[in-house]
Amino acid sequence: MSEAIALQEYEKGTSLWADAWHRLQKNRLAVISAAGILCIVCFAVIGPWFTAYDYDQQDTALGASAPSAAHWLGTDPLGRDLLTRVMYGGRVSLLVGLCATTVSLLIGVLYGAISGFIGGRVDHFLMRVVDVLYALPFTIFVIILMVFFGRNFILLFFAIGAVEWLTMARIVRSQVLSLREKEFVEATTVLGLPHHHVILRHIIPNALGPIIVYATLTIPQVMLLEAFLSFLGLGVQPPMSSWGILIKEGVETMEEYPWLLLFPSITLTGTLFALNFLGDGLRDALDPRVSKD
Amino acid sequence: MWSPRRDRGHGMTRYILTRILAFIPVLLAVITITFFLVRVAPGGPFDSERAVTETTKKMLEEAYNLDAPLYVQYWDYLSGVVQGDLGPSFRKPSRTVREWIELRIPVSLELGAYAIVVALFLGLGAGILAATKPNSLRDYAPMSLAMVGICVPNFVLGPLLVLVFSLWLGWLPVSGWQDPVDKILPSLTLGAMYSAYIARLTRGGMLEVLSQDFIRTARAKGLSEGAIVVKHALRGGVQPVVAYLGPAAAGMLTGSFVVETIFQIPGLGREFVESAFNRDYTMIIGTVLVYASLVMVLNLVADIVHAWLDPRVRRRA
Repeated sequence: MSEAIALQEYEKGTSLWADAWHRLQKNRLAVISAAGILCIVCFAVIGPWFTAYDYDQQDTALGASAPSAAHWLGTDPLGRDLLTRVMYGGRVSLLVGLCATTVSLLIGVLYGAISGFIGGRVDHFLMRVVDVLYALPFTIFVIILMVFFGRNFILLFFAIGAVEWLTMARIVRSQVLSLREKEFVEATTVLGLPHHHVILRHIIPNALGPIIVYATLTIPQVMLLEAFLSFLGLGVQPPMSSWGILIKEGVETMEEYPWLLLFPSITLTGTLFALNFLGDGLRDALDPRVSKD
Repeated sequence: MWSPRRDRGHGMTRYILTRILAFIPVLLAVITITFFLVRVAPGGPFDSERAVTETTKKMLEEAYNLDAPLYVQYWDYLSGVVQGDLGPSFRKPSRTVREWIELRIPVSLELGAYAIVVALFLGLGAGILAATKPNSLRDYAPMSLAMVGICVPNFVLGPLLVLVFSLWLGWLPVSGWQDPVDKILPSLTLGAMYSAYIARLTRGGMLEVLSQDFIRTARAKGLSEGAIVVKHALRGGVQPVVAYLGPAAAGMLTGSFVVETIFQIPGLGREFVESAFNRDYTMIIGTVLVYASLVMVLNLVADIVHAWLDPRVRRRA
């Protein structure tokens, strides 16, 4: 009886996750980063309900002002409250980070899993395609796409997601290649389960560790790309705000009003910092075998 | 450190030739994707000018053969490229696209070269410093700095450097590309992130080499620590860095868009961004083509240097 319970627990894989959770908790930097990310998410999602201003509410009589009691981070030349704009910008930046990562996750995981599972010539061909795509200057295509097809929000998700899936596909493929040889996958062949069932229910859940780690590390990359596009004037469009736009606007007036550059820069950099540390921590916790680079 | 792809007994020359041959399909794909991407999209090079009337626009399009069927234009363009002709620039007709690129590319290459030097100098220095005394202040301080360098995007770092060193301290010029002092901040901005990655890679590589037997032998022989690092450990320790240089150079090309825009440098990166905004079809395809070729050539050079430095790879090649 007890043996059966132990076996059941083993099958659920609780021990692995509990183990990883334990290891993560011991990593102080990762815990602080996770807490920081939680704060930033709350700041961006809940914050706007508590401010007295709107992100496009102008006060031209006031103009640009230094941080004060009424405007904690000051105002921009149009008299818009910077704190509110940073909050709304955070919503956009975080949303882009999450959605684009999800897109890249879906493409990369499916592509990699199919390639690794089928193997042979198909695998060889699919991986050659990834090699060729790696050689293409993708950021350039994203720029062209954004210029020509309007600065569409949804398009932004897909364009960024489509760029970032390649590494994910490689990671998943190598996982699947090793999982394919395991007995429990052979058992599914004996049972005659259909391929899509094996891939979705048995292979991918077992490759989840590295997938989570890499997805966490993709989020800051994606946010960086969005900020980069917004900085060039190709991302989210004014009067909407995103951290990239705020930095762009801050640069234009940095000589007179340096705080307009400093606060958005600190917020963006701090968020990227926390996400990278959390990703590193998760990698150490979930997948101790994978080296840092 | 050797890659299995090279482990088939081909000669080095043959390997290089195969790689160069592989450029052709990739470049063809780049041209095709870019060509149809910009042509299928709404809007054209003569749309935003208010002064252009409908008849003038027609005449312009006729003059540039823009009214021919798309596949004819595609074929014409391809046969032009094969002969080294990248077509006329629609928005800057004073020169052809090829002449514009020849004018801009030395500036971008110069900027890239400085940035690589900055990245290698700072990165190798910090990495060696950290690896020779691990888990001490000499390790933590440069490595924390490297983590900061990785997380601060270049479009944040550039303006901040300008703010501090140009506007507040007044030591360096805000923008331009004339005198040597103009080139300090752009090179630093572009190279900083890569120096951070290189520092991490150097530290890892050096730590691995320094723990090996032949280093212990060198120590037993009574060599000074400095001589061990420079003469024996460095060659093996920088292998990961060499492998990283190809992707780094490719990344710098994209970074140059931002840096050249911030510092108003007349390079290829700014030309590309400008041409994309202007919908200057031929200029877009031309610059993208040059970028793609550069990325592939740089990757190949990095792989060759890698093989040359690492005897295990060389012997197999």
